[in-house]
Amino acid sequence: MTATARRAVGQPLQRVEGPDKVTGAAKYAAEYQVDGDLAYAWVVQSPVARGRLADVQVDPLLDVIAVLWHGNALPLEDSDDPELAVLQSDRISYRGQAVALVVARSLEAARRGAQELSLTIEKEPHDAVLRTDDPDLYTPDVVNPSFPSETSAGDVSVEAPVAVDVTYTTPALHNNPMEPHATTALWSGDDLILYDSNQHPAGVAATVGALFGLEPDQVHVVTEHVGGGFGSKGTARPNAVLAAMAAKVTGHPVKLALPRRALFSMVGHRTPTIQRVRLGATADGVLQVIDHEAYSQSSRLFEFAEQTAVATRHMYAAPNRRTGHRLARLDMPTPRWMRAPGEAPGMVALECAMDELAVALDMDPIELRVRNEPTVDPDSGKPFTSRHYVECLRQGAARFGWEDRDLRPRQRREGDWWIGTGVAGATYPTMAQPSTARVRDLGTQEFEVAIAAADLGTGARTILTQIAADELGVPVERVRLRIGDSTLPPASVAGGSSGSASWGWAVTGACRALRETGKSEAVFDSSELIAEQEKEGKHAFGAHFAEVRVDAVTGEVRVSRLFGMYACGRILNPRTARSQFLGGMVMGMGMALHEEGVLDPAMGDWVNHDLAEYHIPAHADVESVEAEWLDEQDTSLNPMGSKGIGEIGIVGSPAAILNAIWHATGVRVRDLPARLDKILPYL
Amino acid sequence: MILVVNGVEHELDLDPRTTLLDALREHIGLTGAKKGCDHGQCGACTVLLDGRRVNSCLILAVTQQGTPITTIEGIDHPVQRGFLEHDGFQCGYCTPGQICSAVGMLDEVAQGWPSAVTDGGGDDLLSDAEVRERMSGNLCRCGAYANMVPAIKEAAAQ
Repeated sequence: MTATARRAVGQPLQRVEGPDKVTGAAKYAAEYQVDGDLAYAWVVQSPVARGRLADVQVDPLLDVIAVLWHGNALPLEDSDDPELAVLQSDRISYRGQAVALVVARSLEAARRGAQELSLTIEKEPHDAVLRTDDPDLYTPDVVNPSFPSETSAGDVSVEAPVAVDVTYTTPALHNNPMEPHATTALWSGDDLILYDSNQHPAGVAATVGALFGLEPDQVHVVTEHVGGGFGSKGTARPNAVLAAMAAKVTGHPVKLALPRRALFSMVGHRTPTIQRVRLGATADGVLQVIDHEAYSQSSRLFEFAEQTAVATRHMYAAPNRRTGHRLARLDMPTPRWMRAPGEAPGMVALECAMDELAVALDMDPIELRVRNEPTVDPDSGKPFTSRHYVECLRQGAARFGWEDRDLRPRQRREGDWWIGTGVAGATYPTMAQPSTARVRDLGTQEFEVAIAAADLGTGARTILTQIAADELGVPVERVRLRIGDSTLPPASVAGGSSGSASWGWAVTGACRALRETGKSEAVFDSSELIAEQEKEGKHAFGAHFAEVRVDAVTGEVRVSRLFGMYACGRILNPRTARSQFLGGMVMGMGMALHEEGVLDPAMGDWVNHDLAEYHIPAHADVESVEAEWLDEQDTSLNPMGSKGIGEIGIVGSPAAILNAIWHATGVRVRDLPARLDKILPYL
Repeated sequence: MILVVNGVEHELDLDPRTTLLDALREHIGLTGAKKGCDHGQCGACTVLLDGRRVNSCLILAVTQQGTPITTIEGIDHPVQRGFLEHDGFQCGYCTPGQICSAVGMLDEVAQGWPSAVTDGGGDDLLSDAEVRERMSGNLCRCGAYANMVPAIKEAAAQ
């Protein structure tokens, strides 16, 4: 293959679908006009955390087409995701689980029907609380996706001259994409068409098709625009299966848009964590011990073992290291992926503990990190293909204005505000997954590039257009990019910050093949190249800096400045990349200060399941937030030289804010989020 | 009932429980206004009623017969170009609501309406802090807020 002159990649091209999004023309899953007599479905959720649904009584006067529950539901084929076996059993595994579906001719009638349904439930005692003394805790065989649960080197029981032993807790967090999960389902004979909001059209087609015993070519999933996912739409969710079943049973096309409240239980969330971190160092700050133990939870249905402590394996050098995971199975909804699953909560504990160690050493927290920079990946012993963490810390510090920072807390006061600054590291693995792309010369000096990718707002459609244009040697206006459709060449999930690498690799290959063969069509499957690739040692790095002010009277925390400096390989589009970094940091701010699923142990559910009570950052919360990046070259990754950037912004940014709160006030908040009631008593 | 949307009259036979948002999306076919929460908590459904921004999910359609309703499909405003230039969105789902809200907000500012952060000292009603405060009824989970503020301010200057 010959290198092609880059013209479009690296340019701040505006989003190609932008005009559709600012005029309301972009269509999301619940917005398609379909042929036939459309019916609406409303999901009925379990009011108890554990038990069995014995019976459902339907008022014959209800204006509904059908009420589906396990007593009359269509039998489904087995699935490796028990959550998708909807309405197949009388067993209730968590509060909020779908136990019935009401289908009616109008949305109003469906909703009313769901409210009027009479459920006979045999309730059983439940356990909803994650705690470290739960006798049923266990060590999972692996943590997601396939890492060993435990790793160790040396002996972490050795006494170090300076040590910290701290426990950080993070609450359940809820993805809450702005577009609730939705599906419009219709059958055409034995073929199924789904307009579905998801991160993986091909995966959803395969999964839902298998449940209904269909061949792959019998299912067509359309996912043109997705109103955010943040992990919660990574696989088919119950809404897709319920809508397909309802359409099959009633003979109507069926639209099912989950109400916001259902997103808190039915589609996944970030597990709460309890994390103990022990760090030990010599008096001059050389780490001797890193010990990170993480407790998290899953449901009765499904073992979801989050990789909370895995990032710690790659961050710092020390002769004695240990990481471990313990899991509780509770009568609670199944956690799933949420932006940087594992890394986001794990790096809160590690990077706040590093700050506490720096305080104990009376050392600048950047210097402590620089002093413990490993020469090879501490986990594998192999070199990193590129690691510019120290450069991110140093250059970020210069850009942020770190110099002359007083090491002592509670030194800066302006009016009622205590002011402080904090830093934390960031990392995220660099991955690529097999995908296939097809390119066609349309004969009109235009080229159609097709791949079943999904653009959740990441900018995928835009950067793939740029990549294709450069590889074909044409301006971006000549590229017609088709994504968001399961019938296009198969693509991997929009997750794990791997979309650009995976799909860009396939698109690059297809475009190069078209040029080399001179034919009018070329298809490229990256599977073999990716299988041959060395996976170890590939990570993006970054450093987050925060300046906060804390109201001395109320304890309110405001983030005056949030800044990220990243080393993420080649940046394909600085406009959309910057937005992804900022978006990750803003979600990190939410994690530090606002977001919290508040558990009611008696009910076995989070009580604040709406956007009024589950607080996410609003306009007024976001003051100065900025991102910059190093020009990092790494040709070992993929043809673009890119690292994933969708998640690293939420890794470390919460810790930087918490560390800044300590610097401002002297108050160390170890239980997220840093609500004012956790700060005010100590001011 | 008759709804006047973007200058066009629509004669509809609706369930009286139908919200203005559902009337627009499910019955008129204008899906630009989004359903994010259905509870007036996120702002994705924002439209203009007689020029004022409202959460259309909290309004029964039957109560707005004859009121001029403007949705994103009926808006042609510099704020939209600002959003494109400043990348004031990612997934795009809150975007129609953000834009309708910004258009309504700029009219409120033109009329001199104060916000919670206005101190009354003749200050700039379109400072960054003012724009952020005035737009806080519209949530964006992608976190594109920092790009929306300059987009809105530039549009206001045009």
